[in-house]
Amino acid sequence: MSIKTKLVPVSRNVALLPERDANASPILECIDLGVTFGGLKAVDNFNIAIGRTEIAGLIGPNGAGKTTIFNLLTKVYQPTHGTILLDGKDIHGMTTTQVNRAGIARTFQNIRLFQDLTVEENITVAMNSQIRYNMASGIFRLPSYWKGERIAHERALELLSIFHMEDFANAKAGSLPYGAQRRLEILRALATNPCLLLLDEPAAGMNPSETAELMENIRTIRDTFKIAVLLIEHDMSLVMNICEGIAVLSFGQIIAKGSPEDIQSNPKVIEAYLGRKKEA
Amino acid sequence: MTHFIQTLISGLSLGSIYALIALGYTMVYGIAKMLNFAHGDIIMIGAYAGIIAVGQMNLPTLAAVLLSILICALLGVLIEFLAYKPLRQAPPLSVLITAIGVSYFLQNLALILFGSQQKAYPTLAVMSHYTIGGVTVDGISILTLLVTAVIMVVLTFFINKTRLGKAMRAVSEDKAAASLMGISVNGTITLTFAIGSALAAVASIFYGMSYVYIKPTTGAMPGIKAFTAAVFGGIGSVPGAMLGGILLGVIEQLSKTYISTLWSDAIVFGVLVLVLVVKPTGLLGKTMNEKV
Repeated sequence: MSIKTKLVPVSRNVALLPERDANASPILECIDLGVTFGGLKAVDNFNIAIGRTEIAGLIGPNGAGKTTIFNLLTKVYQPTHGTILLDGKDIHGMTTTQVNRAGIARTFQNIRLFQDLTVEENITVAMNSQIRYNMASGIFRLPSYWKGERIAHERALELLSIFHMEDFANAKAGSLPYGAQRRLEILRALATNPCLLLLDEPAAGMNPSETAELMENIRTIRDTFKIAVLLIEHDMSLVMNICEGIAVLSFGQIIAKGSPEDIQSNPKVIEAYLGRKKEA
Repeated sequence: MTHFIQTLISGLSLGSIYALIALGYTMVYGIAKMLNFAHGDIIMIGAYAGIIAVGQMNLPTLAAVLLSILICALLGVLIEFLAYKPLRQAPPLSVLITAIGVSYFLQNLALILFGSQQKAYPTLAVMSHYTIGGVTVDGISILTLLVTAVIMVVLTFFINKTRLGKAMRAVSEDKAAASLMGISVNGTITLTFAIGSALAAVASIFYGMSYVYIKPTTGAMPGIKAFTAAVFGGIGSVPGAMLGGILLGVIEQLSKTYISTLWSDAIVFGVLVLVLVVKPTGLLGKTMNEKV
């Protein structure tokens, strides 16, 4: 599937596709990241680097701290220690809004769309920081208002075309079927013009053919927008198929890192998921 | 019949004032999920600003109106910044008590600054009475209705069709998700307080022109009535506040004219109780779907 898009990411230094070497110039780097909730080390000693156009996966048993990592990266939680570098810059002290504007966008494990806004509005509202005109031109409908709203409208339709959802543009987001809501959440995150897209269980509740399509879509999105994707997922077929690098989390610690092949054969990972074989 | 129409028009005009104030309550509730009980006192400050602008500074009408709107908008933003913003993570009850505290602070501040004597609101515009087909209405009522109608159209457009309006609706639905989508939640809340307080200033102008005498507790009664109107229409809903305000004004005037002046407030609140019994979320309020 190809997207006929004029939607070019706005002025970010983006490396070309073949360069996926995380170590050469990672878009995201976590150094010794950790957070403690009242004595419980929810995440500890978390170190990863993600390449500029890499699709990376974060897997682990339930309660391992995967969503906590997303909350740390988006500043919903403040890390107890450690550093997060986005494009080489420390995001310490930034607010959630600032982190988003700096280039991290996310979806949620439980869908959190603006249910009462239309599908198109859900997308255009996420362009808030990019499409600017002042209040007066909004109220008096000055040319800058029309221009801003027209660009937002065109961009929204382009984004919707990725998932062939243009026909739903004027429907209330809350009225969409579950799968479409999940896809809309991805589009809304993309509308903020990120350089790193965080997907929290994008395939949750999807059937195998929907999952296969989603997999294609994630690749297309990466190739079109030349962004990095970090996803949390329990569907191993999806993770093993599209992730170039995988980190496995268990009880807040990374127990394995590497390519899908490495992970599949790693005894620690098998133990974390299935438990240790009883000694005879 | 002519008497009825006259009552209806004055009811609509009174209702417009309630609606303007109710919008401030409902918008702030929708965005910040708090009841700003100091909102009524903004009207009182706006009225005093008008008195000073015309009486002491001798400003022309338009300048006085704009000054009064500006002062109220700034005051609303300042109150939010000093009193409510530090309590963003606090339990709702603390914020409510703080709002009541701010209300008393403003009333007592006015008492110190302007004294307890009531002051007359200046005649901003000379309004004659009009008689059309035997129905006599005063110009202020007509002006109130017209200006309110224009404001409501502009506000509806602003909320539904503009960038900032969309951001407001997004923040009101889900603050955390909105901030994760690059929307400045604090900026949106500040804007909401500014708009709500500016509308209160407009209400203060019409209130002053209709009721003339202003004292430090002037804001309390229209404040409570407008809050009732906001609940009546469904708090958090902008069209609800408009509808609730106007209905409340009409019901109040009709019961004053045809039933009893003394009973009018009791009737107004009685209707509110009835509506809430039948529809607890108000006329246009959204029914909450509890997730299990």
